[in-house]
Amino acid sequence: MPAPVITATSLTKKYKEFAAVDGISFEVAAGESFGLLGPNGAGKSTTMRMVGAVSTRTSGDLSVLGLDPNHFGPEIRSQLGVVPQADNLDQELRVRDNLIVYGRYFGIPLRQISKKADELLEFAQLSDRAKSKVDDLSGGMKRRLTIARALVNDPKILLLDEPTTGLDPQARHVLWDRLFRLKEQGTTLLLTTHYMDEAEQLCDRLVVVDKGTIMAEGSPAELIRTHSSREVLEVRFGSERNAVVAERIAGAGDRIEVLPDRILIYSANGEAELVKLTEAGLDPITSLVRRSSLEDVFLRLTGRSLIE
Amino acid sequence: MTVNEARGMRSVTEAAREVAIRAGAKPRRWGSWYVAEHRIRSMRSYLRTIIATSIGNPVVYLFALGVGLASLVDRNVGAGGVQGVSYLAFVAPALIASAAVTVAAEECTYPMMMGFKWNPIFYAMNAAPISGKQIANGMIISVLVRMVPTTIIYFAVMLAFGAVPSLVGGLLVLTASLTGIAVGLVIMPYTASIQEDKGQMAMIQRFGILPMFLFSGTFFPLSQLPVYLQWIGWISPLWHGTQLGRVASYGLAEPAWLTAAHIAYLAALGVVGWKLTQRVVVRRLNK
Ligand SMILES: Nc1ncnc2c1ncn2[C@@H]1O[C@H](COP(=O)(O)OP(=O)(O)OP(=O)(O)O)[C@@H](O)[C@H]1O
Ligand SMILES: [Mg+2]
Repeated sequence: MPAPVITATSLTKKYKEFAAVDGISFEVAAGESFGLLGPNGAGKSTTMRMVGAVSTRTSGDLSVLGLDPNHFGPEIRSQLGVVPQADNLDQELRVRDNLIVYGRYFGIPLRQISKKADELLEFAQLSDRAKSKVDDLSGGMKRRLTIARALVNDPKILLLDEPTTGLDPQARHVLWDRLFRLKEQGTTLLLTTHYMDEAEQLCDRLVVVDKGTIMAEGSPAELIRTHSSREVLEVRFGSERNAVVAERIAGAGDRIEVLPDRILIYSANGEAELVKLTEAGLDPITSLVRRSSLEDVFLRLTGRSLIE
Repeated sequence: MTVNEARGMRSVTEAAREVAIRAGAKPRRWGSWYVAEHRIRSMRSYLRTIIATSIGNPVVYLFALGVGLASLVDRNVGAGGVQGVSYLAFVAPALIASAAVTVAAEECTYPMMMGFKWNPIFYAMNAAPISGKQIANGMIISVLVRMVPTTIIYFAVMLAFGAVPSLVGGLLVLTASLTGIAVGLVIMPYTASIQEDKGQMAMIQRFGILPMFLFSGTFFPLSQLPVYLQWIGWISPLWHGTQLGRVASYGLAEPAWLTAAHIAYLAALGVVGWKLTQRVVVRRLNK
């Protein structure tokens, strides 16, 4: 494994008595793509801010590129590209000028950043909007501009806090492709997400975070293998019958999970489970057999679904 | 892991560390200026308004007060004038200082409030290598960049109106700017800490700037006020700045210690405000 570029040990952030991040430890290797997966309020953004050297940790140790953020904030940040959860572009400036001023913060000479800005606009498919006011862009365009902006300094590490929230499916796939290319060029990615498919697509390794602590860690495949079954049978009986049926099939599969609108039956063979159900005379309104996903891992670990 | 692998690992981190330390040097040194550069780029979009008001303001004020009101005052006061000079010369140092204060107050308010909330560029700067202190410094530099030229234009118009007896009065640009930035820096720590816009700017204008404008020996010497109101002048940076300007412009006779006190008072407000602003900005960014 290559050298870690981020090392967090018992990293903690408290707001008064409340621990938003409660002693988490992880390492991210150079060139790796590492995800923080968790529900609202899990402490993902707080962790990102600490790694981004803008928020001081309450306790624990943190090293980014071998430097302590408490003492080397500007140095660390000179090597990061940051995509915050909420866009913070300058609405008063035009699209291209946003990239220019941002590049200047890293001390990049005007002429150089000028060229870079055009490349990045191309990358973000915003070349024809270079002179638009940021205010006039759509949400997805703003997001793309924010991501382009994070690349002005050719960052070693890219911190992406819910990068694709608010993007349409096509834009998401384009972005995944771009991120994948950056990863191929050796950029380390640290990202947070609510989306399972995103985590499965982008992350080599991830941690599931809940209430400021790490619930599980591993590659998406490992996590699914360890904490779920190969397949899942989803059946709906209508909201009234769900609970009643659930009692009758209590032993089915490896495990069952009762949600307000459906029942999930975890098993190596979903089809077989469905046959058993029909044989027992229980006819679901709808049924679906699918591969197990990180969503299931999350449900298993926390007893809650990821997106409420 | 073999020893060689371990060594390889260390050197990769070591190299990245070196690169980071080198890349941090420039923003550490010049960060404040980058922030100012950003603000100046934003000002370009309202440059025309800035220029129009910088020229229009002094023309209107000097015409109304200096020519209109002055003719009335001079006729009544007689040949000696106010403090030995024409009313126009008397009021001009106050007007230029007030103009500097107005611009500084404006630039120290909206951009500070915006930068944290409605157009949260400060967080973006801070995610790049810029520190909170540099953000505060850069904002202050940009206030000066807008205020000093405004003051110079004001002075030029004053010259055209014959409101400055001698060219030594050029010092008015300095005294007015000092006054402006002192007031601006008193306001700045407050505006930097505002979480919600509840019309604080209008409050500052109505209950801060306007009364200060009226009771700082602007239109008449402070000694004309009843004693129990004179304290307003003593604590008012505008009064100190105006008196200082009068010393510079037409050699108003006052003890040297008092002149020194004007400078010291304004400088002290400025330094305290500057340090407080830095503190507020740093705290607010570190969430
Ligand atoms: N500045 C702050 N002051 C007080 N509490 C805070 C602050 N920032 C975050 N918190 C709290 O810390 C917890 C973690 O917040 P955080 O933003 O890190 O969650 P998150 O995992 O990013 O959630 P989301 O998915 O909704 O973005 C939340 O309970 C939040 O209310
Ligand atoms: Mg978040």
